[in-house]
Amino acid sequence: MGLEQFKNRNVGMQNYRMLDLGQTPTRSFDKFKQVVKRTFKGELFVGLWVTLREMVNSLFRGELHTVKYPLEKLPISPRYRAIHDMLRLLESGHYRCIGCGLCEKICISNCISMDTRYDENQRKEVSEYTINFGRCIFCGYCAEVCPELAIVHGSRYENASEQRASFSLFEDMLTPIDKLNLQQEYDGFGAVTPYADDHIKKTPLAY
Amino acid sequence: MEATTLGIVIKAIIILAIISAVAGFGTYLERKVLAFMQRRLGPMHVGPYGLMQILADGIKLFTKEDIIPQNANRLIFALAPAITAATAFIALSAVPVFPDFTIPSWIPLLGGTFVPSVAADINIGILFVLGMMAAGLYGPLLAGMAQANKWGIIGAARTAIQFLSYEVVTGLSILAPIMIVGSLSLVDFNSYSSEHAWLMFTQPVAFVLFLIGGFAETNRTPFDLLEHEAEVVSGYATEYSGMRWGMFFIGEYANMITISVLTAVVFMGGYNDMLFLPGWLAIILKIAFVFFLMLWVRASWPHVRPDQLMWLCWKVLMPIAVINVVITGIVIMV
Repeated sequence: MGLEQFKNRNVGMQNYRMLDLGQTPTRSFDKFKQVVKRTFKGELFVGLWVTLREMVNSLFRGELHTVKYPLEKLPISPRYRAIHDMLRLLESGHYRCIGCGLCEKICISNCISMDTRYDENQRKEVSEYTINFGRCIFCGYCAEVCPELAIVHGSRYENASEQRASFSLFEDMLTPIDKLNLQQEYDGFGAVTPYADDHIKKTPLAY
Repeated sequence: MEATTLGIVIKAIIILAIISAVAGFGTYLERKVLAFMQRRLGPMHVGPYGLMQILADGIKLFTKEDIIPQNANRLIFALAPAITAATAFIALSAVPVFPDFTIPSWIPLLGGTFVPSVAADINIGILFVLGMMAAGLYGPLLAGMAQANKWGIIGAARTAIQFLSYEVVTGLSILAPIMIVGSLSLVDFNSYSSEHAWLMFTQPVAFVLFLIGGFAETNRTPFDLLEHEAEVVSGYATEYSGMRWGMFFIGEYANMITISVLTAVVFMGGYNDMLFLPGWLAIILKIAFVFFLMLWVRASWPHVRPDQLMWLCWKVLMPIAVINVVITGIVIMV
């Protein structure tokens, strides 16, 4: 898409294509002729061909639109703020959280609560960490403020639960140590979706 | 070989069992075909590829509460679905579904029994079938009027106008083939096409008109005025639930099969052997094609308004059918 074309955001009628429908018949013989013309034009068979083509496509080329949802899921946008994940350091496998407490401070719905202590190496260690998902509004401030990219938003968006206050513990959100190689980095806020260039469109100014 | 009572009873049981099973299976096929044409998968979860979906639907229909509305005419309300289902199966009694066969003699009790291709080979076969299917329209008509529901009333009124419109076309369009064959028995139609070309090619106008009339007769999509959801909720079936509604459904699918069989026997060469295909396979393929055509059309075309249906049937199709009959008559005389 050229820049000139991209800058022109005035949606007008320049792209409309007028159909040549001819005159609406008024005399009954003209109406009759129109009926006969339309009958033998074969438009009905075009409709039949379209559905048959789609059937062949879906049966033999696998062009089906059905997503068998609980079994297969569509990828979500990297900007999507779903249930939080706690990431690990790739080198050591230790969790990234340094216990700074910024996420707890910034949380506007007060749903994060954490407790820390010094371990034997005089290093901050997280002893308690819970997120109350009954209160969490998924604003994403905790992930934004985290200096270590330790708390991020993951991709689990099915958060229906039996209780309103369903707490999530640190260990539940932490990447399992055996799945460390599958750990996904969080692209962060403002991350563009994959293939964003293909999906770009002009924002129309006026209709 | 003379058909015995036992043979006819066996044939009737075969028709009942097979057609009601196929009618149930037809709902599955319809959902699958429509799904593929709309790039969906259709029923997938009950059984492999959703094949057991009929079973689930059947259980649902049988266990649903049977509701009769307060102001409904209870007797007619209860009777109407039975009319639809019964006439659909009675119509099939005069239709040749499979070729004649004799039960092999090593089978005990029934061995050696001759089973005719038609349960009742009456010499007015085609008239009987069309008459029975027309009588089946009393089901929707009475159901719509008995249920004290405005959508039902509209559905019943539409049944009446549809009935009045298409019946002329079906009758007149089938007249030309009857004139050529010189018999009303479907078996004679079959033996005619064993010696001559298919009537579909010698009578193309009658074939198209009969198909259109058949679609209207079975309430299939271009003419599904009686129960079009977008307009009249569910038309005559609005207040029906459970197995009563299921009987309407079975009746409709049995009618579809009847029309498919009629088209296959009258116009498409019946159950004669075709090249390398044995007769029974040929007729099954032909019936399946016409059945598929009905689903195909449903996926492709929008339906017409009641006034358009009347306009089409009375002002367009009926004159064409009459002209076709006249021309056929002249050709036969000359």
